[in-house]
Amino acid sequence: MSTLNSSGPQTADAPTPDDAFHEATGLDARESQPPHGSGDGDGPVLAADGRPLKQSLKRALRAQKLRALMLIAPLLIFVLVTFIAPIADMLFRSVENQIVSDTLPRTTQALAGWDEDSGAMPPDNILAAFTYDMVAAAERKEHTRLGTRLNYEMTGISSLFRKTGRRVDDFGETYLDQFEALDPAWEEAKTWVRLMGDPDWLAANADWAAEADAAGRDFDKPAPPFELKPGIAAALPETADAYAEFARITQVEDEDNPAEEEPWAPVYLALFRDLAKQPAPDFAALAAPDRALLAPAAQAVPDFETVALADLYIKADEDWADPEVWKTIKAFSPDYTSGYFLASVDLQKTVDGVSAQPEDRQIYMLLFKRTLFMSMVIMGSCVLLGYPIAYLLSNLPMRTSNLLLILVLLPFWTSLLVRTSAWKVLLQQQGVINDILVWAHIVADDARLVMINNQFGTIVAMTHILLPFMILPLYSVMKTIPPSYVRAAKSLGATNWTAFWRVYFPQSVPGIGAGCILVFILAIGYYITPELVGGTTGTFISNRIAYHISSSLNWGLAAALGTILLAVVLILYWLYDRLVGIDNVSLG
Amino acid sequence: MDLPPYATLGQKIWHYGFLVICGLIFFFLIAPIMVIIPLSFNAEDFFTFTPEMLAFDPEGYSLKHYRDFFTNPDWQQALWNSVKIAPAATFLSVTLGTLAAIGLSQDHVPFRRAIMAILISPMIVPLIISAAGMYFFYSRIGLQGTYLGVVLAHAALGIPFVIITVTATLVGFDRSLTRASASLGADPVTTFFKVQMPLILPGVISGGLFAFITSFDEVVVVLFVGSANQQTLPWQMFTGLREQISPTILAVATILVVISIALLTTVEILRRRSEKIRGMSPG
Repeated sequence: MSTLNSSGPQTADAPTPDDAFHEATGLDARESQPPHGSGDGDGPVLAADGRPLKQSLKRALRAQKLRALMLIAPLLIFVLVTFIAPIADMLFRSVENQIVSDTLPRTTQALAGWDEDSGAMPPDNILAAFTYDMVAAAERKEHTRLGTRLNYEMTGISSLFRKTGRRVDDFGETYLDQFEALDPAWEEAKTWVRLMGDPDWLAANADWAAEADAAGRDFDKPAPPFELKPGIAAALPETADAYAEFARITQVEDEDNPAEEEPWAPVYLALFRDLAKQPAPDFAALAAPDRALLAPAAQAVPDFETVALADLYIKADEDWADPEVWKTIKAFSPDYTSGYFLASVDLQKTVDGVSAQPEDRQIYMLLFKRTLFMSMVIMGSCVLLGYPIAYLLSNLPMRTSNLLLILVLLPFWTSLLVRTSAWKVLLQQQGVINDILVWAHIVADDARLVMINNQFGTIVAMTHILLPFMILPLYSVMKTIPPSYVRAAKSLGATNWTAFWRVYFPQSVPGIGAGCILVFILAIGYYITPELVGGTTGTFISNRIAYHISSSLNWGLAAALGTILLAVVLILYWLYDRLVGIDNVSLG
Repeated sequence: MDLPPYATLGQKIWHYGFLVICGLIFFFLIAPIMVIIPLSFNAEDFFTFTPEMLAFDPEGYSLKHYRDFFTNPDWQQALWNSVKIAPAATFLSVTLGTLAAIGLSQDHVPFRRAIMAILISPMIVPLIISAAGMYFFYSRIGLQGTYLGVVLAHAALGIPFVIITVTATLVGFDRSLTRASASLGADPVTTFFKVQMPLILPGVISGGLFAFITSFDEVVVVLFVGSANQQTLPWQMFTGLREQISPTILAVATILVVISIALLTTVEILRRRSEKIRGMSPG
């Protein structure tokens, strides 16, 4: 039992810095009083070194505080980095949703202005933005990750993204063919890189390529990062954007030279869309060769055979026609989302607001309720079993009770897995308890009891595991109840029961409270025992958290469930602190 | 608890009934742990007593599960990993924890409550949440699946126990001793090692034992933070219990029970010793 605020028994006879501190405050009070009479006029009290005493005492106090902090600092930093930062990371992940806007930056921006109630697919400009995003994501192999993420919100999106990712680099092929038919120069990588690239970058890149050729295999100098030509983004905004993305991915992901690679088909789509725009784009700011290249194309574009992007998407997968898909993407565009928290309480987020999950997906409220219910049952059985033991221990002579206490401490010190495996061995259908029951002819051999992989197994095993945590606080409270109170009650005519119920029990209530909260806090977050003996009906919310981390990989939902559980535990812990005090945690 | 000679029959029944109930509860506490000890010597691969065992026939008993534990490379690797991880984690928590406990027991510590809450938090937060957070964060900074990551995680989990036991010991520490030592010319480091440390050593050791058992028994965090290379003994038991339940687990469990009895005895002796030093208990 520790009480940190007492400064030890020695303060009575030995001077401590604490005394000095009180003296300093005393001096403070004295100085603030106006001097009355003339005898007090000799200024503040001085210390041996000539400074005012108050000042040097304050300095000593500051040094003491600093020394204490210096001793604590290494551990505090250690715990902050290894423990508090992970918890903060979990809290952050429960709302973080940057994957959508990181993977589909143009789409999320374009969808912001989309009217989701139109009941149709988004218009061509949004689909074009989505095409540029998708082809880039597919090249980076990020589209499947995003598909998995959105699949948590709407089943089927994962396969939709995977399928489309394979085909999206063909979108715009119609325009590629027509531009090439118009002028074979469009087919060449050189044409593009001259049109789009900054002249300085072109020179640097050519030098780098020559150097790479000369050096041969083990050349690992990074290529100069691609830069757009000034002015081109104003003249051909979509094309410049799409080409720049292409060039960057070619350099970084494929480690190729954009000057030698033909752009993706969607870049031609972008060029067509730029040139077909009304009013016609203004090329006045561009250099003469670029103007010569673009002018004929701009003239030919109105006669091009066109294809609606919506049709291309529906051909790739007809699910794209479902506006719900686009609504889901729009609903999860923001960088932070409450979606995971809503999912943890069986709600879902749609563009129209919050609604309940479909019946067959509502499992979390059930799990939370089951976790709370089973923790209560375990807590209740711990009180029932722990109270008599604690009463017996606190009323026996010291020597006997110390001996019996070892029987309580031994399970407390035994490995959790040992105790869980013991219960697995005992409760099995071919296990010890069933064998005894069959031997005693209480149950028939073909009607062995099912006591494991259900709620019963979890409750029995966890009651056994958590019982010492109930007995120890109860015992420490009961030890302090003077036996004379019960004797006094009896001498005044109370029956045994009245003496116990009206006199003894009320005094043991703080111990019950402390033990209950402790057992409840521990039970509510248990993972190992329910996992091993709980089957499907005896699992807790923590098993679901583990499932989402290691199997379904829905980390955001795991983090949200964890955050809710953590909040419950912290509230209970705050209660425990109010009732018992944080410093009174005893370890037997 | 003694029954007065004038007790009525009803009181006698109530009294002995109560003792029987208590006996049953003690049986409930101890029997499951004790049952696995004889079962671990089973000659068959069963989890229950065979007729030979009940007849105390030597044929029914064997050491084959122990032999399996000591020869199977999986179990040996797991044991070796546990032996590598737990002492390192214990060392970290004990050194940092003792220093901080000394700092916390000074007279003027700013924000003592907040600091204490942070340092105790690894004991309060459910393990599955610590494991989830550490998994997310350690994989961000490249510690997930490394030996260092598991050691750091286990050290963090052991720290509250060190803090609690050492601060409890420091309450009874007479600080005029350090002042006496300083007045005789010892510098703070000498004072710490020659005067303070020997006196609080029982608390430090029992805190260390708590930290050790925390790490040695821990399975949830290592499941997430560790990788196959850090598979510890509890982890191996966990997979064994979940997938192919083999009686070798009972042999391991018996060994662990023996270890916990040894640790419990040590802690108990240390506690009495430190109480004797502090003059709190006559025995």
